[in-house]
Amino acid sequence: MPQNESVILRHVFCKGSILPEYLQTTKDKEKERGFSVLKKVLKRILISIPVLIGVVLAIFIMLRIVPGNPVTTMMGEHVNPAVIEKVSKEMGLDQPYYFQFIKYVANALRGDFGTSYRLNRNVTQIIVEAFPHTVKLSVLAAVVAWIIGLTAGVIAAIRQNKLLDRLFMGCALMGVSMPVFMTALVLQYVFAFKLKWFPVSGFDSLNAMVLPAIVLGWNSAGSIARMTRSNLVEIMQNDFIRTARAKGLRESGVIIGHALKNAMLPVVTMMALQISSMLSGAVLTESVFGVPGIGRLAVNAIETRDMPLLQGTVIFTTVLIIIGNLVADLLYNVLDPRIREGE
Amino acid sequence: MSESIVLDIRNLKSHFFTAKGEVPAVDGVSIQVPAGKIIGIVGESGCGKSMTAMSVMGLLRYPGKVVDGTITLDGRDITHLSPKELSTVRGNELSMIFQEPMTSLNPVITVGRQVREAILLHQKVSRDEAKKRVIEIFREVGIPEPEKRYNSYPHQLSGGLRQRVMIGMAMVCKPKVMIADEPTTALDVTIEAQILRLMKKLCREQGTSIILITHNMGVVAETCDYVYVMYAGKVMEQAETFALFENTSHPYTQGLLKSIPKLNEKAERLYTIEGVVPNLLHLPEGCNFCTRCTEADARCRKEKPALYQAGDGHGVRCFKYESEVQLDGK
Ligand SMILES: Nc1ncnc2c1ncn2[C@@H]1O[C@H](COP(=O)(O)OP(=O)(O)O)[C@@H](O)[C@H]1O
Ligand SMILES: [Mg+2]
Repeated sequence: MPQNESVILRHVFCKGSILPEYLQTTKDKEKERGFSVLKKVLKRILISIPVLIGVVLAIFIMLRIVPGNPVTTMMGEHVNPAVIEKVSKEMGLDQPYYFQFIKYVANALRGDFGTSYRLNRNVTQIIVEAFPHTVKLSVLAAVVAWIIGLTAGVIAAIRQNKLLDRLFMGCALMGVSMPVFMTALVLQYVFAFKLKWFPVSGFDSLNAMVLPAIVLGWNSAGSIARMTRSNLVEIMQNDFIRTARAKGLRESGVIIGHALKNAMLPVVTMMALQISSMLSGAVLTESVFGVPGIGRLAVNAIETRDMPLLQGTVIFTTVLIIIGNLVADLLYNVLDPRIREGE
Repeated sequence: MSESIVLDIRNLKSHFFTAKGEVPAVDGVSIQVPAGKIIGIVGESGCGKSMTAMSVMGLLRYPGKVVDGTITLDGRDITHLSPKELSTVRGNELSMIFQEPMTSLNPVITVGRQVREAILLHQKVSRDEAKKRVIEIFREVGIPEPEKRYNSYPHQLSGGLRQRVMIGMAMVCKPKVMIADEPTTALDVTIEAQILRLMKKLCREQGTSIILITHNMGVVAETCDYVYVMYAGKVMEQAETFALFENTSHPYTQGLLKSIPKLNEKAERLYTIEGVVPNLLHLPEGCNFCTRCTEADARCRKEKPALYQAGDGHGVRCFKYESEVQLDGK
């Protein structure tokens, strides 16, 4: 879905200038190139606003139609009903939903996402504290994914249909099809519990970060490897590869200097788009390994029906995904000269 | 021939190993390229012109393979070079330009860098020096505003300009032989003339020999010194250009020439050679051309003709010219 959306957006917003080409001087074109990128970014941001409002509305409604009163969850079943009513009133839960919604949005726009029921602290602050852990985990996972995925993909493409290709692609298929929680549990059991190479949980030392990063990156490594391989194999059929060989490049030079850059365009874009699946993977990985990041925060919020915290994490994640898509699109623009100029 | 031969192709056989069988795409081709001359290879599409060129360049890929013959460049056998040795020959002593200017350049690298790469691969010069050379060669091949074009991407150039870039890339290391595989087929007629003139000029100035592959007899007449006519993987006739047009001998060549529209003759319909190129997997037992030849007799259908000498430097693969002197086997 996000991939399609970005492709469509690219087509809608890449049209370029109103002037016919022969009327434009090169200066115009250059100025316009910078301008059109800026215009594109602005449009993408504008279009993200309704998406964001939709998400906020959806999560807001969902949290209110599920049964159970958050105040009872928070204070326990055996509390005096009068107290519950009083607390509800204090929290504004007795007001009509539309009023609650507007108030929530108005506060959110000022960076105030309310107070966590359970932790009794400002939600924004909690998220800001947890976020660095998730970033660290995701970046490490991305590094793992790129190193493993790229290497495996390139080698598989070179050794196409040979043993190494089959082996790597088998692993990659396993990588993309194995659910994150399963990889997590298996690796945790084998390497932390049995072999004791790494701590079972926690995220305070580099050693503790290894397993979570591999678990989270494994999935993406599989996608990167598969995509790199299939793109490379396809690109190696191109006429310009023949030209590269004809000018005297060795096969390794042809692949690294000419094929890889072309093959990487879609992979880079895919990776930025994969921020969303990274984040959902982070929810599970963080829970299994006890990493105090956004993912675990969300899971805790669900368990304790901590509505403000849950709303906050969901909205925050949505913003991240929107930014990810934007970055993906811009990256594509920077890397591909044909799109860079809005051809 | 008295001139020195720079590229000598002897009895070249390149086959494709497909699921349906072995396809003899190039079947015993011998071509001699004298220094500083333009050699033409003509023939209908599918007759093995490109595969001959690719074999010489060592660019044939699975399932294609050179199975027999020798290729000698300036006295050195280059038929079976290691990848390392091959990379010092390609683009340096022997270069090639292709039919498809629109797709033959890498879309994500500037044309200047792509040409510069060819220099840096084969010569010990600095990047700046190489860049200067690129701009120089761009000017020589007639690219306007070469400094600015250096930083252009292929999609910003027209087909004609891209082909000029390709020629620049192929000529920048002053190769001994340049193979041009239908370099103008994808271009407009006006551009075609310009490109051919450019190639002729470069050939003269640098002493580079050119193998010009084309299916256009008009191009041959205007450009080439010597011509090889190919059909179904074999050379059917070879002669100096003038002799080929004056004493056209092989029925296939006659057919090719008749199918060129002429201004002074009011033909009702354009002449075409009847029939189609035979499937290379099921070639006739006799002469490859016998299925379409108007003069074929029983012997032509049974036996393969050799390349017989029909005049000075003129060879014809047809029993009509059977003689003592065979230029080539069957
Ligand atoms: N990949 C391939 N697999 C099998 N046969 C091939 C392949 N490529 C080319 N051929 C055979 O080689 C013959 C010559 O092709 P080519 O040299 O490209 O012809 P042209 O004279 O038009 O350049 C074709 O007729 C075809 O039968
Ligand atoms: Mg061809």
